[in-house]
Amino acid sequence: MITLVRRPTPSKLWTYATPIVAVIATMIAGGILFAVLGKHPVEAIRVIFWDPLFGANAGYFRGQLLVKAGPLILIAAGLAIGFRAGIWNIGAEGQYIMGALFSAWLALKIYPAESHWLFPTMIVLGALGGLLWALIPALLKVLFGTSEILVSLMLVYVAENLLAYMSFGPLKNPEGYGFPGSRNLQDYPSAYNAELFAGTGIHWGVVTALVAVIATYILMHRHITGFRIRVAGEAPRAARFAGVIPARLVIFCLGLGGAFAGLAGMFEVSGPAGQVTDSFNVGYGFTAIIVAFLGRLHPIGILLAGLLMALTYIGGDMAQLVLGLPSAAIQVFQGMLLFFLLAFDVLTNFRIRFGRAGA
Amino acid sequence: MNRRSFLKTTAATAVVAGAGSLPAFAADEPLKIGFIYVGPVGDMGWSYQHDQGRKAIEEAYGDKVQTSFIENVPEGPDAERALTQLALEGNKLIFATSFGFMDAVMNVAKKFPDVKFEHATGYKRADNVATYDAKFFQGRAIQGTIGGRMTKTNKIGYIASFPIPEVYQGINAAFLAAKKVNPDIEMKVVWAYTWFDPAKEADAAAALIADGVDVLLQHTDSTAPQAKAQEAGNVITFGQASDMSSFAPMPRVSSTIDNWAPYYVKRAGAMMDGSWASEATWGGIDTGMVEIGEISDAVPAEVKAEALQLKDDIGSGKVHPFTGPLNKQDGSAFLADGEMATDEQLHSMTFYVEGITAEAPK
Repeated sequence: MITLVRRPTPSKLWTYATPIVAVIATMIAGGILFAVLGKHPVEAIRVIFWDPLFGANAGYFRGQLLVKAGPLILIAAGLAIGFRAGIWNIGAEGQYIMGALFSAWLALKIYPAESHWLFPTMIVLGALGGLLWALIPALLKVLFGTSEILVSLMLVYVAENLLAYMSFGPLKNPEGYGFPGSRNLQDYPSAYNAELFAGTGIHWGVVTALVAVIATYILMHRHITGFRIRVAGEAPRAARFAGVIPARLVIFCLGLGGAFAGLAGMFEVSGPAGQVTDSFNVGYGFTAIIVAFLGRLHPIGILLAGLLMALTYIGGDMAQLVLGLPSAAIQVFQGMLLFFLLAFDVLTNFRIRFGRAGA
Repeated sequence: MNRRSFLKTTAATAVVAGAGSLPAFAADEPLKIGFIYVGPVGDMGWSYQHDQGRKAIEEAYGDKVQTSFIENVPEGPDAERALTQLALEGNKLIFATSFGFMDAVMNVAKKFPDVKFEHATGYKRADNVATYDAKFFQGRAIQGTIGGRMTKTNKIGYIASFPIPEVYQGINAAFLAAKKVNPDIEMKVVWAYTWFDPAKEADAAAALIADGVDVLLQHTDSTAPQAKAQEAGNVITFGQASDMSSFAPMPRVSSTIDNWAPYYVKRAGAMMDGSWASEATWGGIDTGMVEIGEISDAVPAEVKAEALQLKDDIGSGKVHPFTGPLNKQDGSAFLADGEMATDEQLHSMTFYVEGITAEAPK
C-alpha cells in the first residue's frame, strides 16, 4: 500500500527538482508516444530538443527561439507575481491583445508620419492597454468580490471579438483590396520594432523580457512589496495583521500582470507579427501560465521555462517536417509537460510511504 | 533581419545542404516540395483538400518528388518561421495554403530568391511568388439554381464567414442564380466571422432555419450546419470545401469541392521542366479547380439536369454568373446590359447586388 504523508514543510529539494524530473518524464512518455506512432523515439526527441539549438540551421533557429520565448517570459514574469499572492489572472491573452490594439491604433492613425516619439509612445500605450484591461477584473473583485479568474478569462473573448472587429473594420488596410488585416507595421520605420542585431532575433521585446526578469527578481526578493506579496499568498491572515491591504494588492498584481502582457502584445504587433489581424493572438497569454508554473513562479525559472517552451514549439515544427509527426502529437507532448509537473509537485508537499496506511 | 546578414548566416548551411542555388535538378535527386496548412490535415475541409493536392503530386511523380508539410501553423511570425524552415530543409517549391500567410510568404521569398513560393488566395506576387485561387462563386451559382427551384419558403440562408470579396461573390452569385429561376427569392445572411467554428456555425444555422430558411448555404468549413439541417428535416444544404457526402442524400444535395490537385500537379511539373513562372491563377470549373459534387436523388431530375447544364455552360464560358444589366444594392450601376464582370471587378466586390435586402456589415 502506498500512502502520501504531508511534509511538515515543503521540500526544498523537490521544489527545484520537479521541473527537471517533469521534463525527463515528458521525454520518456513522449518517446513512447512517438514510438507508438512508428517514429524512432530517440531521434524524435533529438529533433525537438537538439536540432533547433545545435542542428544544421541552428543559427537561424536560436534567434527564433528568442522571438518565441520573449513574449512568453515577459507575460509569465508578470503573472507569477499575482500567482505568488494567490491572485489568479487567467486573462493575459486578452491583455496581450489590448496592448497590441492600443499601440497599433496610434501607429495606424498617424501613418505615414515619421517621428522618433512614435515608438516610445506606442510602448506606453501598449502597457496602458493591458493595464486597463486587467483593472476591470481587479476593480470588480475589490468592489463587488467577483472572481478574478472568471472575469479575466471572459474578457479574453471580449478582446478577441474586439480584435476581429478592428481588423475587419476601423484598422483595416485601406489598400488591402477589402481583405482583413491592417497595414504591416514592418513597412513603417517609425513604428517597426526591428531586430536590434540582424540575424539574432533580439528585438526590443526580448530586451524588455530580460529587464522584466531582473526587475521582478528585485521586486520579489529584495523589496518589501515582494515580501508582502509572498506573505499574502502563503498566509493571508498573517499578511493582514502585518498591514497588507488586500484591495491594493489585487490592483497592483493584476495591473502589473496586465501591463506586462500589454507590452508583450505591443512588441509583437509592431515587430514579428507586424499586423493587426483576427488571428494575431496565438495563445501566448495561456501558454505563459504553464511557463510561470514550470519556472516555479521564480523569475530565473521563468526565463529558463520560457526558452524550453519555445524550444518545444520550434522543435515540434521541425519534427513535423523531418519526421512527419502530426501536430496533435506535439501538442500532447507539450501538455504532458504541465501534467507531469503538477503530478510531481505532489512530492514537494508530500512524501510517499510504502506500507500500511496510518501505521 | 536584413537580407544580406541573413544570407551570411545561412550561407554555410546552404553549402552543407549541397543544394546551393544550382538551377538544375539532378536526375536522381527528387524535387522537394513543402506545404504549410493553417489547420490540421484532418479538418475534412480546407486544409484536408490542400493535402489531397499534395498527395496527388506524389501520385503523379512518384520518386521524382518528395513532399513534406507542417500543419496547424498560426498566421503571423510562426508562419514565417515554418516557411523558412521548409526553405532551409531544401524545399524548392513551397505552397502556403492560407490567405493569412501572405506577408510571411513575401518576407521569406525575399530571403530565398531561388525557392519558388505559391500562395493561395492572396494578391501579393514577386518573381518567385505566384498566387492561385479558385472561382468558388461558380459553384454558388449552381447551388443557387438548385436552391431557387427547390425552396418552398422562398428563403435561402447563407452562413457567411468574413466580409471579403470571395464571400460577397458567393452570396451574390447564389442570389442571382436563384432569382433567375424564382423571382420571389429572399436571401438571409448571417455573418459568423469564422472559417471554422462548429458551435458558431450551428448557432447561425439554427437562427436561419428558425427564420424560415429551407435552403442553407455555408461559406464556413465544418459540418455543423449540415447536422442542424438534418435535425430540422426539411432543409437542404450543400457541402463546402470538401464533399461532405456523409450527409447525402439529405440534407446535403450537392457540394462545391475545392480541388487543388490539377493545379498542384501542373505547377510541380513546371518546376521540373523549368517552365515555372510567377503568375496569378484564378481557376474555375473549366480547370477542374472547382468541382461540383454528386447531385443527390433528393433533387428532382429536371432540376438536376438544369444544374448540370449550367455547370457545363459556366465551364465553357457561355454563361457568366455575373452578367449585366446588374446594379449594386444601393441602385448604382455595376454592369451594363450584356457586360460580364471582369476578374478585377470581382476581386474588389465588397457589396451586395440589387435585390438583396440584408444589410452588409460596415
